[in-house]
Amino acid sequence: MRFINNQTPNKIAEVIEASTAQFAAQCYELYEIPPLGSLVKTGDIYGIVAEAMTSSLEPGRKPIARGKDEASEEAVYESSPQLSKLLRSEFIAVVAGHKDGDNLRQYLPPQPARIHGFVYLCQPDEVREFSQSFGFLNILTNVALPVPTEELIAATLRQMSRAHEDSRAFLVAAGKELANLLSADFIRLKNILGRLQ
Amino acid sequence: MSDRLGIVTVASLEKGVDVRLDSPVSVEDMVVGRYVTIEGQKRRFFGMITDVSLGVTDPRLAVSPPDIADPFIAEVLTGTSTFGTIHVTPMLTIGGDAAALLEGPQPVKTIPGHFSTVNLASERDIELVFGKEDPQRFNIGNPLDMELKLCLNLVEFVKRSNGIFGKSGTGKTFLTRILLIGMLQKSQAVNLIFDMHNEYGWQGTSEAGPPVKGLKQLFQSKVAVFTLDEENSRRRGVSTDFVVKIGYDEIEPEDIAILRSTLNLTDLAVEATYQLRRRFGRSWILKTLDTEDPDEVKQLLEESKIHESTLQSLKRGLATIRRLPFIEPHTPVDAVKSILDHLDRGINVVLEFGRYRDITAYVLVANMLARRIYSQYQSRTEKAMAEGTAPPNPLVITIEEAHKFLNPEVSSQTIFGTIAREMRKYNVSLLVIDQRPSGIDSEVMSQMGTKITCLLDNERDIDSVLAGVSGKSELKSVLARLAPKQQALIFGHAVPMPVAFQPREYGSARSYKDLVSGGQPEQAEKDVEELWE
Ligand SMILES: Nc1ncnc2c1ncn2[C@@H]1O[C@H](COP(=O)(O)OP(=O)(O)OP(=O)(O)O)[C@@H](O)[C@H]1O
Ligand SMILES: [Mg+2]
Repeated sequence: MRFINNQTPNKIAEVIEASTAQFAAQCYELYEIPPLGSLVKTGDIYGIVAEAMTSSLEPGRKPIARGKDEASEEAVYESSPQLSKLLRSEFIAVVAGHKDGDNLRQYLPPQPARIHGFVYLCQPDEVREFSQSFGFLNILTNVALPVPTEELIAATLRQMSRAHEDSRAFLVAAGKELANLLSADFIRLKNILGRLQ
Repeated sequence: MSDRLGIVTVASLEKGVDVRLDSPVSVEDMVVGRYVTIEGQKRRFFGMITDVSLGVTDPRLAVSPPDIADPFIAEVLTGTSTFGTIHVTPMLTIGGDAAALLEGPQPVKTIPGHFSTVNLASERDIELVFGKEDPQRFNIGNPLDMELKLCLNLVEFVKRSNGIFGKSGTGKTFLTRILLIGMLQKSQAVNLIFDMHNEYGWQGTSEAGPPVKGLKQLFQSKVAVFTLDEENSRRRGVSTDFVVKIGYDEIEPEDIAILRSTLNLTDLAVEATYQLRRRFGRSWILKTLDTEDPDEVKQLLEESKIHESTLQSLKRGLATIRRLPFIEPHTPVDAVKSILDHLDRGINVVLEFGRYRDITAYVLVANMLARRIYSQYQSRTEKAMAEGTAPPNPLVITIEEAHKFLNPEVSSQTIFGTIAREMRKYNVSLLVIDQRPSGIDSEVMSQMGTKITCLLDNERDIDSVLAGVSGKSELKSVLARLAPKQQALIFGHAVPMPVAFQPREYGSARSYKDLVSGGQPEQAEKDVEELWE
């Protein structure tokens, strides 16, 4: 949990692709990806980490297996220090809201994020403030991503609940909001609720 | 306020209002018959809960139920995907502006808007509708599940004939006693009670314990006990004011006509009574029974064109009457006159039947006396109107087993049918008590101003009591769910809206004290204190 507990809001990634509803960011450190469902921010725009991947820096070149003769996984990296320069970790964040002056809006911003915008992981205070209302849940229930939305919503709420003193009360309130949003789709609701604890 | 129940989701004037309960409100706390208020934008509505149900937003939820053993899941789902609903029947509205407030509650002509808040009715709300205890209003009990006095305006109540219904053992007699006490104190009417089972005058029985006090024990100076059975009354330790005897010569053919079925008479036998009355005059019964000589019989049959078997049937019936011990050839003192004297002095009269509880005696005596008292009232009222003098005290006559007097076959012939239909033209109205209201002529039922009904379980009885009431099917579900004892539904003329209530407790020293003080404790406290020491 070092991302959440880290009190100095270090930048962790940089926007490399942006559209109205989501942005992609490359992490500054290999594998230092914010957890699925965590709240990040670039400029005035809030996003929720919805998908992440690590791949070769050069699109055409696939990594090759190197560990046949190594004793441990760490040893693979130790014996080929250049690896961390050849690989990169990226994530996609779903835009979940934005700051409009002093107001927090849980709907899409007028403009997408800027390329090379720095991405910060939101600190517990900010997470708490953001999750005072549940407008973002509606955005999350409607995203189309390879990650199932049930997984994404559950992960987001689990992450957020840690920023709340009474995390159960937070989850109950969020659950009720979801129950209203998914009133006609109990199976989906059940899948999410089952993943909240 | 914590009395908020939920919000209006669906409503129609015709079908009532559906209210979705807030999640902290448990459906199990919502009981049919309770009062709620609905805060519309421009007006408030008063209504009664008439149904409670559970809903799910997605039918699949009912098919594959969630794991409610998990308290988290259960907490999330209650009030959201699964929720409680109450159905409310609006009864009255009060507009929001000052003029409307002065006007008071009005009948419902519209419905509250979407998402209007619904609250449990507060004491103030109920008081606004039913009023407080005052010189005309008497506390009859408390609305179901509310610690609050429900008041009935007895001056309004006695303006019409009224009925008390309910199956056996539901509390009709106890409730009637309470109402009689109320009327005696607040209605400005006098009561004449035909007390078939000796429960009203001196003392009554209770299934729950020792005997309970009757009216005379509580209101010595305002109640007189008349008896048909002096010996029995004495044995029960009742101090009676008058022993009623009936003379044959006071019985008229009409009195026989309503006994047709109890005496097993044919229609022809009933018809024959009128001929015999014409032939023999006032002592027609004795003379008919005494005509035994075959020649005389033959002559009688020929001259009055009565069939032999008809006369035999009639004689058997009249002989049953002759065997009633309180019937005498001629009575020197007139019971009717004595009853009227008491009523004129504002004294309520309870007529006990002693051992003569069979229905023949009851119907005969009640009908005869009431007929003659009524005709006195009629002529006196007419005279008072012509001369501009005071009419006689309004009179309320209480009868039990009312269907015996008011069934469709006889109601047009009995005095009680007439009184019920005339709507107190001559200052007389009825309080009828019955277990089988379906046996009462529907026209008579429709004339009754206020009806109070305890639990009924026969469909036909329920239908006859609720006939013509708006919101009938909803009230039906309230009625069907009353407790088997000491709960009732009141609706009609004297109440602004129907209300299910628990009649006040009757039988403890405390209850007598409260009843006698009539809601003005300070005034009567002392005399009452002396009474029970
Ligand atoms: N208001 C009350 N206060 C105290 N007890 C009551 C009250 N109402 C009913 N009860 C109890 O219920 C019993 C039955 O009531 P009651 O005798 O009035 O029934 P009922 O309807 O007149 O029956 P029936 O039709 O057989 O005459 C009473 O004996 C008494 O124990
Ligand atoms: Mg009774």
